[in-house]
Amino acid sequence: MWLTNSSIGRKVVMSLSGLFLVLFLTFHMCMNLALVFSPDAYNAICGFLGANWYALVGTAVLAAGFIVHIIYAFWLTWQNRKARGNDRYAVTTRPKSVEWASQNMLVLGIIVILFLVLHMAQFWFKMQLNEIVPVSDANPHDGSYLVIETFKNPVMVVIYILWFAALWFHLTHGFWSALHTIGFNNNIWFNRWKVIGNVFATIICLGFAFVAVALYIQYGVLGWDVPQMPAVH
Amino acid sequence: MEKKIDLTLKVWRQRDRKAKGQFETYNVKGISTDSSFLEMLDVLNEQLINEGKEPVVFDHDCREGICGMCSLYINGHPHGPDSAITTCQLHMRKFNNGDTITIEPWRSAGFPVIRDLMVDRTAYDQIIAAGGYTSVNAGGAQDANAILIPKTDADEAMDSASCIGCGACVAACKNGSAMLFVSAKVSQLALLPQGRVEAARRARAMVAKMDELGFGNCTNTGACAAECPKSISLSNIARLNREFIKAKLQD
Ligand code: HEM
Ligand code: SF4
Ligand code: FES
Repeated sequence: MWLTNSSIGRKVVMSLSGLFLVLFLTFHMCMNLALVFSPDAYNAICGFLGANWYALVGTAVLAAGFIVHIIYAFWLTWQNRKARGNDRYAVTTRPKSVEWASQNMLVLGIIVILFLVLHMAQFWFKMQLNEIVPVSDANPHDGSYLVIETFKNPVMVVIYILWFAALWFHLTHGFWSALHTIGFNNNIWFNRWKVIGNVFATIICLGFAFVAVALYIQYGVLGWDVPQMPAVH
Repeated sequence: MEKKIDLTLKVWRQRDRKAKGQFETYNVKGISTDSSFLEMLDVLNEQLINEGKEPVVFDHDCREGICGMCSLYINGHPHGPDSAITTCQLHMRKFNNGDTITIEPWRSAGFPVIRDLMVDRTAYDQIIAAGGYTSVNAGGAQDANAILIPKTDADEAMDSASCIGCGACVAACKNGSAMLFVSAKVSQLALLPQGRVEAARRARAMVAKMDELGFGNCTNTGACAAECPKSISLSNIARLNREFIKAKLQD
């Protein structure tokens, strides 16, 4: 199967899984924006994404996308180290046109997964999973409350911004590289894709960061009352 | 104006493929800034021979930037610190009196060291033999205008064809990937009607050989194109990806 046993095939898998994750991020960022303007609207979106069959299928597909991307990331990196051989250069330089991110995609990816574990524990665990099997006292239907309570804490805001920064670097290389990998590039589009990728990565990461900071200002600094759903049981 | 400079050279010495190599430090004096890098190494070797020592082994042939035989990883750059030239075209005026220059072989699993600074690049020949040609009926040359080719295609094919197969792309790549070379060799033919006929077969066969020989997976860092003495463009790699994916989807 060429998607596993040829170098370009493996890269195509990396590219398509990466682009799929980019689409997911775009959606996720847009839905988060709702919370800044209306906690009720945010809860309504979370309601769609709770423990119903389409949301669970979506979650499974998303998890598969992550798993494929991560397995291929380690596999490709391991093969590439072997291809480089054991002797390292005594003097190395990075040519100006080579992005730092492009040489550190695995490290950036690992940072992304580490924060992802924290993120899942903070939210997914207490929301979707909690709805299926009760694992926490949190009200699984009150996503707004959970998220706002988290971002009232400035330490959380800083931690999440670090995460978005790692993601930003990953995407500034990942975006154009993914298109290059599937052959959608030439001398004219080369710089265009790079610019589009940078703008896109910046919009996504700023969007996420905006929500974290805005919630902190609204509820942490200005001291707005955190809206909470009445407990069901 | 010609100047004379004195240099310290840290040169990689390795007896054969299996032996453990190490750096040796040498001093050379009174090197003319008008001489080339390889002439400077000739001076070093002359000096070593006169001292009864083994000269440093390095590859070279045309010494005018067209054959692709010379190599050397000089101060962290394949073909030295200057851009778009081969090591044989590097002048000593790029260096200053008293500099220390570190000279290493290409380091990549696909190019094992034969001795000192000379590496085995026959892997590239094997990739070409796998499909980097067109099958043509021999006979009288055709009329040049029998097949019309747009100027832009001809120019791009010519740019791709300027690859001299030196291997600096693999040497520069953190992934030991040969994609710039293979993509140039696939592109120079894929862009022309005569080469299109076998384009799918060629892309499949050359990539399969490249993978079999253990070269890495390209992650588009672009170090290859930045260091390539012939400024082969990264867009060749996108073209190779396209050709290969198209070929596989046809299967
Ligand atoms: C939301 C999360 C993520 C997104 C949106 C994403 C996106 C992308 C994209 C678009 C690419 C470019 C593919 C290509 O060059 O063809 C890429 C490459 C890469 N990603 Fe991710 N990624 C994510 C998470 C991760 C994680 C968790 C890892 C884990 C270790 C990782 C490791 C890598 C590596 C090593 C590469 C370079 C591989 C290569 O170019 O061959 N990524 N990513
Ligand atoms: S692509 Fe450039 S660096 Fe690579 S073999 Fe050809 S000329 Fe040398
Ligand atoms: S010796 Fe021929 S290109 Fe340098």
